[in-house]
Amino acid sequence: MHWSRKLISRLLRYAIVISTLLMLWKSLILATNCSQPILVVLSGGYSFHNLGDLLFVTNYPADSIRAGDVVVFRIEGRFIPIVHRVIRVHEREDGYVKFLTKGDGNSVDDRGLYSVGQLWLEREQIVGKVKGYFPYLGLFIILLSNLPLLDRLLLRVVT
Amino acid sequence: MHSFLSRANTLFAFTITVLAVLTTGVFISTFFEEYRGTVSIGAVRPIVKHMTDFSANRKKNDLGVLQLTLDMDLNPLFDWNVKQLFLYLVAEYVTPANTLNQVVLWDKIVRRGEEARLTFHEIATKYYFWDDGEHLRSNNVTLSLNWNIISNAGRLMHVRANGSTSFVFPDQYITSRTASPKPTGQQ
Repeated sequence: MHWSRKLISRLLRYAIVISTLLMLWKSLILATNCSQPILVVLSGGYSFHNLGDLLFVTNYPADSIRAGDVVVFRIEGRFIPIVHRVIRVHEREDGYVKFLTKGDGNSVDDRGLYSVGQLWLEREQIVGKVKGYFPYLGLFIILLSNLPLLDRLLLRVVT
Repeated sequence: MHSFLSRANTLFAFTITVLAVLTTGVFISTFFEEYRGTVSIGAVRPIVKHMTDFSANRKKNDLGVLQLTLDMDLNPLFDWNVKQLFLYLVAEYVTPANTLNQVVLWDKIVRRGEEARLTFHEIATKYYFWDDGEHLRSNNVTLSLNWNIISNAGRLMHVRANGSTSFVFPDQYITSRTASPKPTGQQ
């Protein structure tokens, strides 16, 4: 076979693999209605999240967020989302709801982590609820993330 | 399959695969478990104060103060997939300003192997019971204990225990001159 045909055939095979993975990932985002359905735990400060654990997150609007739920939220202007537990919920008659969160191992709530002047979390800042968890599988991703460029591309979460 | 590296590679890949399959098996084996239980909760001497909430909007909000009496046996909940339990006591109530309010008053982590038969007699709440507003007087509050099953691998389940209790706050504020027990953070 001519060398260029071999090259093109090989490139196409790689492209099929990559695009299949990408489509699977996008389908997962659609199925869970969440922009980041799988997250890797970065720091081990939380009570049960160890470094490298995988978290499965969903964000169904009918699945209301109540006190005690473990949620993933992102503060405006910060890149890395945080996984903490909801300790206060106040919902108004018109549907507007606000939350306060706290890490299990912390003695104070998360108001120090929110933006300046922000006292409560709103529904839009919550990426989703943590539904399940698989230990240690994310360690590989953390090793990869030490390469400078892959940093921004990979999914990570801070606890 | 003769060099050291290729053998190490094969062994490593096989180990990871076996571990992954085992973990998935552990997850599936406890997928349908419900983890229900019954506890007894008592609210003792509830009072309402009206004070400035410096941790929030710096306005005067209602602060509820009460003591808790809890009794529970958690041993039946620990199966092989339960790493620890996160217990939390939620106070739920309705106010004219908000149709739903939930405040966590107390929580505890119980790891596997630790004492699982817990009794607390008239302990102070672990967290302040601030209302978002001033509507705690004469309010009917429901206390329920929930646990979050934290497994070795699998779903993160939240289960409400049977045995929630309700109480009503008094209809008058307490003035700060009366001696009243405070949550642990203040002392």
